[in-house]
Amino acid sequence: MIDVNREGEVWVFAEQHGGTLEETPIELMSKARHLAETLGAKLGVLLLGDGVKDLCQRLIQYGADKVYLVENPLLETFQTNSYAKVILDLIHKHKPQIVLYGATVCGRDLAPRIASAAKAGLTADCTDLQIGDHEIAKTKKVHENLLFQIRPAFGGNIIATIINYDRWPQMATVREGVMPMPEPNVNHHGVIVTETAAIGQDDLPLEILEEHRRAKKVDLKAARLIVAGGAGVGSKENFKLIWDLANCLGAAPAATRPAVDLGFIDHDHQVGQTGTTVRPSLYIAVGISGAIQHQAGMAQSQKIVAINNDPDAPIFSIAHYKIVGDLNEVVPRMIKAIKEKSIKD
Amino acid sequence: MAYHCVVLAKQVPDTQRITGQVMNDDGTVNRAALPAIFNPEDLNALELALEIKDRFGGRVTVVTMGLPGATRILRESLYRGADEAILVTDRRCAASDTLATSYILSCAVKKLDYDLVLCGRQAIDGDTAQVGPQLAEKLDLPQITYVEALEALEGKEITARRNIGNGWQRVKAKLPVLLTVVGDANAPRVAAAKQLMKYKKARTRLEAADEIRAMNPDAVEAEMAELIATRCEALEAKGLLIKHWDLDHLEADLSWCGRNGSPTKVHRIQSVILAAKESKDVEPTDAGLAGMIHELIQDKIIA
Repeated sequence: MIDVNREGEVWVFAEQHGGTLEETPIELMSKARHLAETLGAKLGVLLLGDGVKDLCQRLIQYGADKVYLVENPLLETFQTNSYAKVILDLIHKHKPQIVLYGATVCGRDLAPRIASAAKAGLTADCTDLQIGDHEIAKTKKVHENLLFQIRPAFGGNIIATIINYDRWPQMATVREGVMPMPEPNVNHHGVIVTETAAIGQDDLPLEILEEHRRAKKVDLKAARLIVAGGAGVGSKENFKLIWDLANCLGAAPAATRPAVDLGFIDHDHQVGQTGTTVRPSLYIAVGISGAIQHQAGMAQSQKIVAINNDPDAPIFSIAHYKIVGDLNEVVPRMIKAIKEKSIKD
Repeated sequence: MAYHCVVLAKQVPDTQRITGQVMNDDGTVNRAALPAIFNPEDLNALELALEIKDRFGGRVTVVTMGLPGATRILRESLYRGADEAILVTDRRCAASDTLATSYILSCAVKKLDYDLVLCGRQAIDGDTAQVGPQLAEKLDLPQITYVEALEALEGKEITARRNIGNGWQRVKAKLPVLLTVVGDANAPRVAAAKQLMKYKKARTRLEAADEIRAMNPDAVEAEMAELIATRCEALEAKGLLIKHWDLDHLEADLSWCGRNGSPTKVHRIQSVILAAKESKDVEPTDAGLAGMIHELIQDKIIA
């Protein structure tokens, strides 16, 4: 661990694979920029890889004041040990006050390894980050300007705010899709700081035999309109209702975890704690009871329409439009109403 | 060749079955009303270890850190085919965050010889997925996280397929190694009748002592101690004594355990009460739905 360093920077680990930046760390850059400004600190971004220098300019446009660039053939493919060692060395050298990672599989694999070696704290899967003060109840000592690491816990039933006031850096992984993607600003200036990696073959204990990365079939995060079905839809055949309603609205079809588990639709369409977090203009929930795990992924939607035959379904507690009725009758009627409207207008 | 697998398991409240009855009036969770279960992905880790034992021979040891009540998941492990179970319990473990937990677990695992250490990817009470990688770091082992299939185990080499979120990866590593296992990896077996009959009598020293005290309420201290010692010896002779290790036995540095050893602290807990600001009931009729669609168009929500 490092000592509390109020002069330290705010860092984001810019995850890249094969020269393509992952979206989640980029999403959290606008938040990280805000944290840095609140603290009067610089925003630093860590970029590790081989032949990835071209990405620096984009990271600066996304708000980085500094890009710490570490290029080495041994860093071409991500491995936990080599990346952890390089980042740990950078932490010890520059003593940042905050280090943030996207809560991707890679981020969730890497960050705890670094935290363990640094003997520092780490909070997983944050949905929000703020700067605030914490008073120790016993001693009344106030620690100012700490990173509030806000995350759902206990299956999403509670929201915990976690802090780390003595063993720095303050580190967190941040969930995919919970922070809006920043707009690149071509006028933003930043510097590239070239660092070297003190690693060898021993730091690559794995042999990567084969790797397949694919683009997601649907981009729920970018969808402005979403029509989602739950287990209440009943069958894969009946899930056609969801597709039909989505098609006539130009919306993305989505589903709850139970509906995905029942095989109604592919996992890429899953919204909720174990799926994608979405914040569309309109979310139509069809045959969804509204388990807290699902609500965690869609409660931020601007308008929520819920269709359920159970008037006590929890989804109604967050819906703006509540429709109690049989989805098999309501959805076709809604499709009809939309078609008639669009003809008239 | 035969392999010794050490499986780390956790007893967790069943957060996926939270119903109205376990919510307090103020919206907080009444933890006492939640059943304690074997963390689901730890069962997948145990299953993978048992499959390795079935195919190649060897042993499976299950370690849990928790309250004495967590012995239940150790017995469940024995029913499913584990050979040995160890309970790490100590009041001084209380309030450990993931860093302190991984430190304590690393002290326990270092007391064992092993070829593979297996954990569930994450536990459903915190969903952090941190203890596996932190434990790997403390044991200085390579880690293969998000394992969805064991492809090969030959001599001192393992090949596994792991989920990388938007795809998959096949990786090879030299043993010893730490794996974290996802729910898709396998279908955990149920308890076997023969092992259930045998191990339902398995006890920790703590449990044996409680039972002796309940049966002999009038015995004096010295007598009690002797009764307990005799009982534990008998259990051990039959292979029914579940080991109980405390932090002294682990020779753990207390400054890295419990609250002291935990850099992360809770600033605040809020219950989740999500509610729409304004809500309207819509009649499920053509007229009702048309009215709603009209409003959504007016509000420029849909075009």
